[in-house]
Amino acid sequence: MRVNLTVNGRATAADDVWEGESLLYVLRERLGLPGAKNACEQGECGSCTVYLDGTPVCACLVAAGQAEGREVVTVEGLSRGGTPFPDAGPAHGDVSGEGLHEVQRAFLDAGAVQCGFCTPGLVVQAHALLAEADGVPPDADIREALAGNLCRCTGYEKILDAVRLAATRLRPPP
Amino acid sequence: MDFLRPRTWAEALDLKAARPEATPIQGGTDVMVEINLDKGRPAALLDLTPIPELREWSREGDVIRLGAGVTYARLIGELGACLPGLAQASRTVGSPQIRNRGTVAGNLGAASPAGDSHPPLLACDAVVEAESVRGARLIPIGEFYTGVKRNALAPDELIRAVRVPVARGPQYFSKIGTRNAMVIAVCSFSIALHAAERRVGTGVGSAAPTPRRAVAAEEFAAARLDWQGRSPLDPGVARRFGELVAGAAAPIDDVRGRAAYRTHALAVLARRALGWAWADFRADTRADSGRDSGRDSGGGSGAGDDRGSA
Repeated sequence: MRVNLTVNGRATAADDVWEGESLLYVLRERLGLPGAKNACEQGECGSCTVYLDGTPVCACLVAAGQAEGREVVTVEGLSRGGTPFPDAGPAHGDVSGEGLHEVQRAFLDAGAVQCGFCTPGLVVQAHALLAEADGVPPDADIREALAGNLCRCTGYEKILDAVRLAATRLRPPP
Repeated sequence: MDFLRPRTWAEALDLKAARPEATPIQGGTDVMVEINLDKGRPAALLDLTPIPELREWSREGDVIRLGAGVTYARLIGELGACLPGLAQASRTVGSPQIRNRGTVAGNLGAASPAGDSHPPLLACDAVVEAESVRGARLIPIGEFYTGVKRNALAPDELIRAVRVPVARGPQYFSKIGTRNAMVIAVCSFSIALHAAERRVGTGVGSAAPTPRRAVAAEEFAAARLDWQGRSPLDPGVARRFGELVAGAAAPIDDVRGRAAYRTHALAVLARRALGWAWADFRADTRADSGRDSGRDSGGGSGAGDDRGSA
């Protein structure tokens, strides 16, 4: 089947989609957006977190057909100089880091990235937390927001540092 | 495999009548796991997310009519005050991403004995609103679960809504798991004090082939609690209540826990939950407390203190 959707602000369509396929598969394998990661395929790890109509969800648990007519934002879509769509930019990822969102930059600056596999999901989920937050959220709120995103490398301290750093930069104290 | 996309509820019922083998999909948090891990491949998926009225809830007298598409996240945000037991259970579901998608109706459709919403639905006498092209019917929650991952829905029926009475007294939910997120219950328990009727509701999860009430425990507590004088909970009554709840279970050994552990844990959960609920009831000195004390008990009540029951 064909699925029509808007991804990172651009209307697009995926063809030959199998009816049991996930939105994650469509994004990665049919639309060339490998930011959202494919790990557990059961909603346990959060590596595939994307926005669906403004709400963070596990893309692996959204049936492709459920994305028909909906709006998806992936981790690629958060950066201005990044790759809103593969054919729109030069390469995947902007190594200069120029257009990175504050959350993305904070993950780099805080050393919250080791192997990087969980990072896109954490960035989207942290982005969603900070979009709602007023100032730096209490640790309990950060932990709760990121409870569905597993990291197996760094432990979570640097990740918490990154979220606090991003929050401070997004809303500097008066 | 077919992907069926009804635009209206009537169309969904027509499609389900024509294709009774189609699996309804809402948040996808169960259905997609099955497909992704190749545990089962439905003949067709019936996507209910496009139907706007399913995403609505309404208050009809003392009952919340919860549309089948209302997510856990919205239930927590919008209905925590009037459905405290169900909201507490909802807070323990998966992760924020899962709660943004999953629904109570989806939990009912899957009918896993470990589903988090079942115990509070049992404790507060919820009713499932099922509908097909033949008409609508109301299924009391106690008659809904028929076996492991089986429910009372006919092949052509869909869940339209769940009718959940507004809390008429303190309600609590607690569950055992290895961490605080992404946990399928090892066992779980919910209690609701129906203060005006001097009745206790219970629900036991993940400790029998189906979620179930602990009827003997309910009757024992109703008879032994000092509803009039509101005196402190007798520790012996609390302990016996726990034993009776554990006695209502029929657990198995599995990857999440042993039967003996589940039985032990249930007795502890039930004893504590009764203690918390009774302490709230005693603290609520308003004359009408029995009728409309539907306040939000919050999600942080899982700490292991026995407030007044030890």
